[in-house]
Amino acid sequence: MEKLIEVKNLKTYFYTEDGVVKAVDDVSFSIEKGKTLGIVGESGSGKSITSLSIMRLVQSPPGKIVGGEVLFHGRDLLKIPLNEMREVRGNDIAMIFQEPMTSLNPVFTVGRQIAEAVMIHQNCDKKKAWEKAVQMLSLVGIPNPEKRIKEYPHQLSGGMRQRVMIAMALSCSPELLICDEPTTALDVTIQAQILDLINELKERTGAAVIMITHALGVIAEVADDVIVMYCGRIVEHADVHSLFKEPLHPYTQGLLRSIPRLDQNDEKLSSIPGMVPKMTQMPDGCPFHPRCHCALDICRQVSPEAFPVRGRMVRCLKYHPEYEQQWKEEAAGE
Amino acid sequence: MSNAQNAPLLEVQGLKKWFLVKKGHFGRPDRYVKAVNGVDFTVGAGETLGVVGESGCGKSTMGRSVMRLIEPTAGTVRFDGVDFTALSPQELRKRRADMQIIFQDPFASLDPRMTVGDIIGEPMDIQKLHASRAEREEHILDLCQLVGLDHDYLKRYAHEFSGGQRQRIGIARALALSPKLIVCDEPVSALDVSIQAQVINLMEEIQQKRGVAYIFISHDLSVVKYISDKVAVMYLGKIVEIAPKNRLYDVAAHPYTQALMSAIPIADPDHGRRRIRLEGDLPSPMNLPTGCCFHTRCPYATERCAQEEPELKLVGENHYCACHLTVG
Repeated sequence: MEKLIEVKNLKTYFYTEDGVVKAVDDVSFSIEKGKTLGIVGESGSGKSITSLSIMRLVQSPPGKIVGGEVLFHGRDLLKIPLNEMREVRGNDIAMIFQEPMTSLNPVFTVGRQIAEAVMIHQNCDKKKAWEKAVQMLSLVGIPNPEKRIKEYPHQLSGGMRQRVMIAMALSCSPELLICDEPTTALDVTIQAQILDLINELKERTGAAVIMITHALGVIAEVADDVIVMYCGRIVEHADVHSLFKEPLHPYTQGLLRSIPRLDQNDEKLSSIPGMVPKMTQMPDGCPFHPRCHCALDICRQVSPEAFPVRGRMVRCLKYHPEYEQQWKEEAAGE
Repeated sequence: MSNAQNAPLLEVQGLKKWFLVKKGHFGRPDRYVKAVNGVDFTVGAGETLGVVGESGCGKSTMGRSVMRLIEPTAGTVRFDGVDFTALSPQELRKRRADMQIIFQDPFASLDPRMTVGDIIGEPMDIQKLHASRAEREEHILDLCQLVGLDHDYLKRYAHEFSGGQRQRIGIARALALSPKLIVCDEPVSALDVSIQAQVINLMEEIQQKRGVAYIFISHDLSVVKYISDKVAVMYLGKIVEIAPKNRLYDVAAHPYTQALMSAIPIADPDHGRRRIRLEGDLPSPMNLPTGCCFHTRCPYATERCAQEEPELKLVGENHYCACHLTVG
């Protein structure tokens, strides 16, 4: 399959008073047409900054994309002039943000906000754009679209607003849809509706989706491939089935074990000890070693690279062929 | 007090909280948001009642009305043999030592101008628990140990801590007066998953050590299942189903509970299942539907559901459900 977008060694750093924060550190992945890539990680892991970097929406200063490539149809989005980038945003790549309450403009009707994007990108007149807006609203399942289109965001419920956001994002039939925590602020029944909707629309339009979330359940439902991020780096990249069946990285294992499951009975919930290190004071070696249950001396010294293990990419010395022997010896010694 | 031995720790009957939104003039009726509209439940000593429901279903208002942080409009709250709703403000303040609360937002619920030590010590000062400063200090240190906070933290301010640690401070504060019941209003919703598990384990541990009862309010059904003994499902200010947790999660009787259960995303991509899709949004609590409040979204609704309001009735062992279509 053709690769729609390819991110290579992306690095986004923030220059703060306390030092340089490597929010995205050497992140690479690619997505094929019609596929969904899930990005999971806890707050501060760099998952949102990754998507903002693709769109070149990172606030600068303090943020700066310091390296890497974002190839969209073979064209490096990081190198094209800003006015061309503006054509790409909203038209080829669209984004849905987490907060449906704050990402809509409160002083314009939802119809005007959808029509605005259509008019800018599709070069059509106002009347056509409004027709398109009505059509989009009914596509995302809003009842009475002709009436709703004249309403302001505050008149709509949270689920409705998120539907409006999706309608707006899809109005120019983007090839790539980036969803940044699209259901976090919503209730489970509404979340189920929105996830179904995104899946349905993906199938109909053949768009690729990047789904960013901290909820592993959501990932399991929608993603084909999954990236697990920790401290700005990808620690594991695998297809969704093998990731959930047999997580390799200790962090992924910890994450999966720390969510209460419905089929689980009263055994103690296992948790990952400690917390995410401060981004300005990253530990030496593997960033996860202070919280890792199987960290050894070698992990405190060597920062692992990502390398292929059993058909996926993992960033853990435990699986590295070069260190495997050393790791086993140390483990036996302890 | 021999009677109190068998009576549950907390007994809530017909609790209502209506918020006035518009005064009716010229004989027009006043308009209310019926946030909590008649709930009954009991919590035993050392027991955990989970309360689930979507936003706006009244679960937080319910938790606060039980404590009289919000004055309930109607109903009685019997706690430890005393009618809470009839207490004078002075008596209430004394009695509240036995009933504490942990809030959802660990960033907003701690005073930024107080040190951690003062935050944890404040309830002791209010209740005049300790005669000497040394005693108070020792108690604070004990609490820190219990919730896993470092002793050096006591002189620092809340903003220096992460969400998980702040929630530990909130828990220590709630435990300061050794309460018999703690209302936990979404205590882990703002936390990352790995930290969430730490806090849930801590709360379980404390329950085992101290025998405290919890009312655990959350929208996360997996977390509620994990921590609760029995679970109440709320919809538009009413409890639609209440049952021991395994019964509720295995044989949910109410169509709303079933839909809620089927909507939970499961962290297993090979898990095949049928999702019951609820259409539409929650009706406004200002304009409650007639009859069963769920009938507008219920896939099985009949004529009767639109007219007659169902009562909670026994459908299994300790399992109550308010639906015309379930048979006991």
